Amino acid sequence: MQVTLSVKRFDPDADSPETHFQEYKLEVEDTATVLDGLIKLREEVDGTLALRCSCRSAICGSCAMRINGQAGLACNTKMSDALPRGGGPITIEPAGNMEVIKDLVVDFQPFWDKIRAVEPWLQPEGPEPETEYLAPNEAMLHEAGVMACIMCGACVSDCTVLAIDSNFLGPAALAKAYRFVVDPRDAADESRLGKLNEYGGVWDCTRCMACVEVCPKGVAPMDRIMGLRDKAMEAGYTNTYGARHAAAFSELVEHSGTLDELRLPIKTFGMFNIKKLLGLLPVGIRAQMAGKRPPIFHKKIPGVQNVRRLFEKAESRR
Amino acid sequence: MESCTLPIMFDHDVLIIGAGLAGMRAALAAGTNGVDVAVVSKVHPVRSHSNAAQGGINAALTDRGDDWRDHAYDTIKGSDYLGDQDAVEVMCREAGQEVISMEHMGVIFSRDDQGRLGTRAFGGQRQARTFFVADFTGQALLHVLHEQVLKAGVRVYEEWFVLSLIVEAGECVGAVVMEMRSGDVHVVRAKAVIMATGGLGRVFEPSTNALICTGDGIALGYKAGAPLMDQEMVQYHPTTLKGSGVLITEGARGEGAHLLNSEGDRFMKTYAPNMMELASRDVVSRSEQTEIDEGRGIDGCVLLDCRHLGEQVIREKLSQILEIARDFAGVDIRKEPIPIQPGMHYQMGGIKTDINGLTAVPGLYAAGECACVSVHGGNRLGANSLLDTLVFGRRSGEHASDQVKKKSFASVTDASADSDLANIRRLLKNDDDGEMFGRVRQELGQTMDKHLAVYRNQQGMEEALAKVRELKERYRQVRVQDKGKTFNTNLIFTLELGFMLDCAETIALSALERKESRGAHTRTDIPDRDDENWLKHVLVKSTPDGPQIEHLPVVITDWEPQARVY
Repeated sequence: MQVTLSVKRFDPDADSPETHFQEYKLEVEDTATVLDGLIKLREEVDGTLALRCSCRSAICGSCAMRINGQAGLACNTKMSDALPRGGGPITIEPAGNMEVIKDLVVDFQPFWDKIRAVEPWLQPEGPEPETEYLAPNEAMLHEAGVMACIMCGACVSDCTVLAIDSNFLGPAALAKAYRFVVDPRDAADESRLGKLNEYGGVWDCTRCMACVEVCPKGVAPMDRIMGLRDKAMEAGYTNTYGARHAAAFSELVEHSGTLDELRLPIKTFGMFNIKKLLGLLPVGIRAQMAGKRPPIFHKKIPGVQNVRRLFEKAESRR
Repeated sequence: MESCTLPIMFDHDVLIIGAGLAGMRAALAAGTNGVDVAVVSKVHPVRSHSNAAQGGINAALTDRGDDWRDHAYDTIKGSDYLGDQDAVEVMCREAGQEVISMEHMGVIFSRDDQGRLGTRAFGGQRQARTFFVADFTGQALLHVLHEQVLKAGVRVYEEWFVLSLIVEAGECVGAVVMEMRSGDVHVVRAKAVIMATGGLGRVFEPSTNALICTGDGIALGYKAGAPLMDQEMVQYHPTTLKGSGVLITEGARGEGAHLLNSEGDRFMKTYAPNMMELASRDVVSRSEQTEIDEGRGIDGCVLLDCRHLGEQVIREKLSQILEIARDFAGVDIRKEPIPIQPGMHYQMGGIKTDINGLTAVPGLYAAGECACVSVHGGNRLGANSLLDTLVFGRRSGEHASDQVKKKSFASVTDASADSDLANIRRLLKNDDDGEMFGRVRQELGQTMDKHLAVYRNQQGMEEALAKVRELKERYRQVRVQDKGKTFNTNLIFTLELGFMLDCAETIALSALERKESRGAHTRTDIPDRDDENWLKHVLVKSTPDGPQIEHLPVVITDWEPQARVY
């Protein structure tokens, strides 16, 4: 079949380097992947195209890029699936949230620095046993879901928090941290969770789900971040705005059956935290003008006891 | 690209080239021994091809009632008696400790009901002694070793490409390296260099190997004067996807999957009635090829049937295969069999080393797939490659770091980089109407896959050698379109192609030399094994007069060669 690729190019060595799209028409087999097309391109048409790729089977993590605006691996994306429904070319761009070095090659250094920042190595306690550490297979299977991460950076590319705050550790590094927190052999949970509780850590995720959607290995980084939040609160790290927000949210819903949006910020920030509460004033005014201000007196819903029973049931299953 | 002529000098006691399992294991061992270690790799460590090893790692643990001698015997029989038995003994004896240390470092091996390490069955072995992490064991090991390298603070030059080794007075004293991001060329001086660059799979097309497996280290060692051994021994894996050559783990058969021909028969009963699908890889690949050649294949393939394994086994132990078959073959392995065929997978040969990884060139070590100790001989057992990388990676790191304590740096100047820089300039100046490197690469790969695959013969191998030599000539004129400095992958691929052509020539030469059938080297014109004349290794050495062939006897300790029946 014939496909057209529109590839975002950037050559820092050009006389006047500028980003532009270049279109290529290619004849490929019906079963070809996007990577097959790009390899054909650089081997037979345009050798100047720079990209990273290696294993062709979604295990090395080299070829994450944005295909039609969304991050994914070129090697496990079929050309036929990437063809836009309304016609037109398949758009190929470098991964986002990372500086472009050349064409589809981006600078991964900040990515690796964040992985390094979570101290990603096992920290056991006491002397090593003579044979293996004993560990339940279920725990290992659960960890395998995270270890399946190939560090391709697709999640980081499309993370909506990183787009506005580069200080955020990001989905990949936090998922990596999760692997150690749930490892029964690791004894450093408390210090790990303490650090993850700080600015840039688990509470900075906005739960937009983008990382879950783009992850090619089913790691579901956001779910791991939520898991870390639970672990942090269980370990007694309850005094961040994030933790207090989560606790208040749950408490208010349990109390009245729906969320009391007026009391939520008061419980999160504290009644006397005038500065923070005043900071919310513009939001309140905008809500008022849009007719969306929450009622001053929040009412319990009929049958609130059923909601409470749900809470009890959920609690007993933890 | 003209400005890349100002090398900066770097000094390291031990320089390791390659950051897969062998390279990182060597780095940890050398670092622990208190010397200054650095690793150079053309890709980030976690991108290394060790990732792709799916099935597991072999070890005979005595507390599980296993014996390393049984593992050694299976390995030697698997090698068709070409493996050096002293080296096999070392590997099998040290396997248990190696697996346990990896577990201590954090690898999440599959467990049994008591929480101890669990095993699965693998080909060519009478015991289930393969330890595994679902079907991504290589990735699980690689990522954990990288964690340890981060913890140890080992200096890693990521995305640096090695152009040549520096040899002064017969001794390896460093390497000339290009930093890919800037295009700058540097001289790295070292008291010892450990080559750990992996295999040469891309010399064949198709291959299960990653695009980075271009035989760089094998060619670099060869050109530095180290002989290559067992180069004719190229493993075709029994289960690869048609076209792309993507690997389907032997673990699938280990878990009980069947091989079927077009008549729905489990044809392995004809070829290996005892071990069936779990005979040695060379045996299974030959059987498949025979079925296909005799008209009992389906479109050049046979079928791998996992359907009866059940949802749970597939989800927990073959999760990646479920994805791979879906993404790359459009097959749901729970509902239909996968069409598979033998495909190039592994190079048993490589740079000849002793059991400490030392090559014939003082100061130069090699470990992992680029090395040939030789533990795999004519055919490697599944799950012995990961073991090989770890045991001999560690031993190389230990030995090299011991040796460098007594050594000082050789006097090396920037001039060491001159010939590499001249070569790059020449390639960049090639005629813009010249051939693109892709065509030369494809012709090379197809030639090798046609004539040096599962079945070989004199005429085909001669044709292959002639073609490789023609391609070497054409290679001198290939055009490099990208003239820039920054991340010039066009130039890197062209340089890799040069390495691939060197490797290909040594494979064809060695294959023509061995006038018998043994292990993966099966000649239709000389179908029998000939222990009387060929119980020996074939070596190729680079000399000013061209490649020179030598022989070396196989080391036999306790296991006399016998007929090989599975």
